[in-house]
Amino acid sequence: MPALTFPASFDSLDEIREYVGKIARDAGFSDQDVYSIQLAADEAASNVIEHAYAGNSKATFELSCAFRNDRLVVTLLDHGKQFDPSKVPQPDLKADLSDRKIGGLGIYLMRKLMDEVRYEITGAGNLLTLVKRKA
Amino acid sequence: MDTSTKEFKHCNLIKVSGRVDSSTATKFSQALEANFDRGVYKLVIDMSDLEYMSSAGFRALLAAQRNCKRYNRGEVLLAAVPVRIQEALDLAGFTELFKTYKEPLEAVGSL
Repeated sequence: MPALTFPASFDSLDEIREYVGKIARDAGFSDQDVYSIQLAADEAASNVIEHAYAGNSKATFELSCAFRNDRLVVTLLDHGKQFDPSKVPQPDLKADLSDRKIGGLGIYLMRKLMDEVRYEITGAGNLLTLVKRKA
Repeated sequence: MDTSTKEFKHCNLIKVSGRVDSSTATKFSQALEANFDRGVYKLVIDMSDLEYMSSAGFRALLAAQRNCKRYNRGEVLLAAVPVRIQEALDLAGFTELFKTYKEPLEAVGSL
């Protein structure tokens, strides 16, 4: 799967959303699913930029997106600090305004929006895989 | 992302347009906080021209709501929320934290 390299900067997010959005639309996903895929990819990339690289804008990460066998697969590969989203506690969505936690929301959304979210530490780096099945 | 603010007698109406993500959320927060600097804690956010909002924007909304509701001095209301953004707000469990109106002026009138 060909991958694009992005600088670890929030300025990359527009391009990432456009890239995955086009592939999802061309694959025939609904507007709702296209938005979900764009939002999940944005949250995943934002986490890499913020946590794996902690604002080191000289760093880069690789993102791929492909549609095969009715599944859209987005991968993000970074070489920064290991950050396992599955270790982040789920936010309490019933908490009062004053008790709402500010963090963890992006990861929670990513999991709700996609059918699969996998995190692996590989020889090539930290690999996050997001999968959306076409209904 | 752009914002514009219109002052009413009892509240300010902030229109946010474009995309709020991790790169623009700070600017969005600052636009909300500018109201607090002027002592205005009753805010209506008109989202009719908002194309996209990630959790970075949701965090800015949450922080503003907390600030406004402190000492019962005000509230943040949302108006004309586009369907995709409403769905994401629902997923995030934000629906109970913000009263939502179809029309911005209807929200202004309720404050």
